[in-house]
Amino acid sequence: MNRAAERLHNGIIKENPTLVLMLGMCPTLAVTTSAVNGLGMGLTTTVVLALSNLIISLLRGIIPSRVRIPAFIVIIASFVTSVQLMLEAYLPFLNKALGMYIPLIVVNCIILGRAESYAYSNPVLPSLFDGLGMGLGFTLSLTCIGALRELLGAGELFGFGILPDSFEPIRIFGQAPGAFFVLAGLVALQNYLKERKPKAGQKTGSGQKAGSGSCSGDCGSCGDGCSTRFYDDKASGTGKNGSAGDN
Amino acid sequence: MSELYKVSSNPHIRSGAVTSTLMLSVVLALLPAAGFGVYNFGPRALAVIGVSVGSTVLTEYLYGLLRNRKSGGGKKTTVTDLSAVVTGLLLALNMPVGIPLWMPVLGGVFAILVVKLLFGGLGQNFMNPALAARCLMLISFPAAMTAFDCDAYTGATPLAVLKEGGEVDVFRMAAGFTGGTIGETSMIALLAGACVLLFLGVIDLRIPGSYIVTFSLFVVLFGGHGADPAYLGAQLAGGGLMLGAFFMATDYVTRPITIRGQYVFGIVLGLLTGIFRIFGPGAEGVSYAIILGNLLVPLIEKYTMPVAFGHGKGGKRG
Repeated sequence: MNRAAERLHNGIIKENPTLVLMLGMCPTLAVTTSAVNGLGMGLTTTVVLALSNLIISLLRGIIPSRVRIPAFIVIIASFVTSVQLMLEAYLPFLNKALGMYIPLIVVNCIILGRAESYAYSNPVLPSLFDGLGMGLGFTLSLTCIGALRELLGAGELFGFGILPDSFEPIRIFGQAPGAFFVLAGLVALQNYLKERKPKAGQKTGSGQKAGSGSCSGDCGSCGDGCSTRFYDDKASGTGKNGSAGDN
Repeated sequence: MSELYKVSSNPHIRSGAVTSTLMLSVVLALLPAAGFGVYNFGPRALAVIGVSVGSTVLTEYLYGLLRNRKSGGGKKTTVTDLSAVVTGLLLALNMPVGIPLWMPVLGGVFAILVVKLLFGGLGQNFMNPALAARCLMLISFPAAMTAFDCDAYTGATPLAVLKEGGEVDVFRMAAGFTGGTIGETSMIALLAGACVLLFLGVIDLRIPGSYIVTFSLFVVLFGGHGADPAYLGAQLAGGGLMLGAFFMATDYVTRPITIRGQYVFGIVLGLLTGIFRIFGPGAEGVSYAIILGNLLVPLIEKYTMPVAFGHGKGGKRG
């Protein structure tokens, strides 16, 4: 259970796929015109990510290493298709708003990345929680970006006008440049917050970096070119399973 | 030639020009246009200019305080190079007089903080900060940025009238008694300032000349009015062409450094402005033409870099 919580924390905070790993930029920039769109896109991806991680982890002993990528894609595409059919049936407005970006979840690099780097070489339960954590991290970032863009670009939040009428919407935030501004701002904020932590640790004399052995796990602000960068579980995972192939 | 010359490494000739004197001369050269804007549009124009300049200078000052706080000592501020004043002034001259006063603040902060300082400060900005801020505001507040109605003049700008096929008075336009942004209306005031800069050698005619000639040719060829001097004159005097050509396209940081490149840059700007004005949906296109041209500068420089001495034709460039 501890492992599960660690995976969730890793996905949401430590290796947030959008703000730290900078993966899945295409939907991040394209669909976050409002908080609802960001939330919808994030949750849809979370479902696909958790389920595909689960299935890939279950099948990791069966899928041959040489054809693993096509196998991952088949599994992911199946889930995306079913999720899209369900969205069409139950949330048609969201389906319409997200449009082309729902089928494109198949090629979302977060999903393929987690399948390749985690689920394929780790047990079932941690893989499920890894998918959930990454998905929730993605959802959190997208909702934040969407909420800020909606607030500044239209004066609304989740479709409710919460700012006074005297506020003139800064329309550029509703358009493509605004997505870059908000994303850059959030990444900068994230880096700033992370940069402050090690400094607090240094004062107490505990957070000193001493080679890759005692890595703080803070890859976002870590200057070391260590082998465990970004995917700190990869090394242990491949060691355990011995079948992760040549990534 | 037996005399022994003094041996030292280059540069051997030093000019007294520093950034602050160059910027000061640009500010002085803009004063006629700014003064005419205040005369033409009333004291509110002064308020817009004040707010805009104040916000750019304050942003630069506060950023300097924040950034240098940890390193300790040294020069804390880059405000004294006056480039923030130029940016603020240009930004104000590019805004209509009736704009809500918080918008110039937003534009000023964006111009200085995002376009200039975050990219490394003066010399590192990849596009003209004042124009980038103007385009941000044009996209964000299309209504407020094109509301040229004020006490003195109501109705469309001369260029918008031209676009609709109407008639305009070229002489009134050249003098500046028309609607428009604060600093763009008076061609005469702008040219007076430009002459000062040309006389002082701060700018030269390469970019403005090739820009205006190309644009004129484009208008004659594709404007649909042939070589009609009234139409051509109105296109030249209207909008931000003079302000853009002499004061913003010639910005040292965002123009090409090669001489051939500067001609190419001017021609590109002339073509883009012509395309935007004549074939585009809006009446004006100087701002977008210049920031698009700014983005092309590295490419222009790459292909116009002179061949280094001794490398022969087609040899190593630069």
